[in-house]
Amino acid sequence: MTTTEHLQRMAAPTGAIMPGVLRAEWTKLTSLRSTRWLLLITVLLALVVSAVVTSVYASQYDQDFAARHTIDPAYWSLTGLIFAQLGVGVLGVLTMSGEYGTGLISTTFTAVPQRRTVLVAKAVVVSAVALVVGAVSSLGAFLLGQLVLSGKHIGAGIGDPGVLRAVTGGGLYLAVLAVLALSLGALVRHSAGAIATVLGLLYVLPAIGAILPPSWQDTAVPYFPGNAGLAILHAVPMVNAAAPWTGFAAFCAYAALAFTAALYVLPRRDALPK
Amino acid sequence: MIAAEGLTKRYGSVTAVDDLSFDVLPGRVTGFVGPNGAGKTTTLRMALGLDAPTAGRVTIDGRPYGAYRRPLFEVGALIDAQALHGGRSAAQHLLALAHSNGIPGRRVQQVLKRVGLGDVAGRRVGGFSLGMRQRLGIAAALLGDPPVLILDEPVNGLDPEGIVWIRTLLKSLATEGRTVFVSSHLMSEMAQTADHLVVIGRGRLLADSSVEAFVGRTSRNEVRVVTPQSTELAGLLTDHGVHVRAVDGERLVATGTDVSTVGRLAADHRIVLLELAAQSASLEEAFMELTRDSADHTADFGNMDGAA
Ligand SMILES: Nc1ncnc2c1ncn2[C@@H]1O[C@H](COP(=O)(O)OP(=O)(O)O)[C@@H](O)[C@H]1O
Ligand SMILES: [Mg+2]
Repeated sequence: MTTTEHLQRMAAPTGAIMPGVLRAEWTKLTSLRSTRWLLLITVLLALVVSAVVTSVYASQYDQDFAARHTIDPAYWSLTGLIFAQLGVGVLGVLTMSGEYGTGLISTTFTAVPQRRTVLVAKAVVVSAVALVVGAVSSLGAFLLGQLVLSGKHIGAGIGDPGVLRAVTGGGLYLAVLAVLALSLGALVRHSAGAIATVLGLLYVLPAIGAILPPSWQDTAVPYFPGNAGLAILHAVPMVNAAAPWTGFAAFCAYAALAFTAALYVLPRRDALPK
Repeated sequence: MIAAEGLTKRYGSVTAVDDLSFDVLPGRVTGFVGPNGAGKTTTLRMALGLDAPTAGRVTIDGRPYGAYRRPLFEVGALIDAQALHGGRSAAQHLLALAHSNGIPGRRVQQVLKRVGLGDVAGRRVGGFSLGMRQRLGIAAALLGDPPVLILDEPVNGLDPEGIVWIRTLLKSLATEGRTVFVSSHLMSEMAQTADHLVVIGRGRLLADSSVEAFVGRTSRNEVRVVTPQSTELAGLLTDHGVHVRAVDGERLVATGTDVSTVGRLAADHRIVLLELAAQSASLEEAFMELTRDSADHTADFGNMDGAA
């Protein structure tokens, strides 16, 4: 009987494991068609909805001269992101919950027992992708919207106050949303449940907020996750909304909370629930 | 070497693995056998750090699985061949795994060739048969050329040719000096593949022995007799301390004796024998008997052929 000592073995690399895990997660994310589809939907929703909304607002503006000093044409052209966030939200969730659905999470954690490293790598990869696609969507939607407004002499320039922040903010918002959605995917572990949770946070909660008593409107409601995160898309300050960076910071805090919770439970639970 | 010590896993009131202790040594194929629901998968998942034991521990070459930083170089595992994303190609699936442990990308094509999937490397795994998925799972286990292999029911879904292939592969891996721990709910399958057996039933260790010793220990050698004077012969055999069971009016099954004893006894008493045959229990029967004894309800082990 031979023993393992005689075995010719492959030499394992030394050093930090994170670079390899990042490469693995990048390979996984980019090798799926669903990733490409979701990102395409994100960009298309941002562009199409922004163009439609901008032209609708522009025609209303023609009839309502009183509204002229409160208009935010940069925001009009970014409203598509309110729908486009759906694509990034689903992508973030699936990056984690998809592995629970297929059972692949067992293979992943067998290859990398350092589960937190896996979650961090997934967060880095999916938020980087969301940042790039978000920046493209945001800038594209802005330019398209301003093109729609070009005949009206009411368009916003990138140099106008708050506009650069709003356009950049679109990409930043989607990058942070990807981390929030990924974390919810890790916590809930079922795709449908986690997607429903994301939809609840982004759409249902703001809708509920809108019908709450007036005293809530300028206190709690602006800090609901969806509302807080989207505040950064406003170039012109709004009543009953968080200040852009304050709102964005609150949204980052929600994402950080969910991410921390996921980091906490991941090594403590069995890899796969029955 | 894989070492389990007092390994226990409870799910609420169900004890899936019950105070299990065993060692799996290198250089031989160790079969991990038990009926469906015996706790094999749960044990292997604990060995791979996927599920946490309720009590006890399991180590691989002295360390818990979670202590390895690039475990694919130490342990190759196949835990669930169906656990794949159907949208990825076989090569993409393996490449992601290779990257995660810093294994060179060229290993992907090497292991795919070794398991006979070289030609379908670029095909999406959604269209793979269970047999192809098992081969892909084995390719994944071989990526880091590990000294320890842990395979959960790798034979499931393989065609006869595939079964012979995996048997040969496991034996050659063991001959190279690796630790090969492979589970199955079919004892007959393991008898042809394994050198050593760890048998469990209801989460408990029933046997930890070589295949031959296992058969020897549990076999009940029987003698089948057909005679018109069955009552007379049965009485005679019972008087000689032989256990006799009547199958029908003319047929008897005697345990704890051999054909020559029965034949001589019958001749001495002028009993006509129409048939006299030795019948040694198959390994599968030995296994059934052993696991049946371990169960409170035999019905639980009735379905031996179901999927794992
Ligand atoms: N995650 C789980 N939750 C609850 N019960 C489980 C879980 N996993 C396994 N079991 C139970 O533990 C027992 C052993 O299962 P398993 O390890 O899959 O057996 P085997 O692989 O030998 O067929 C079974 O009764 C099974 O139902
Ligand atoms: Mg099993």
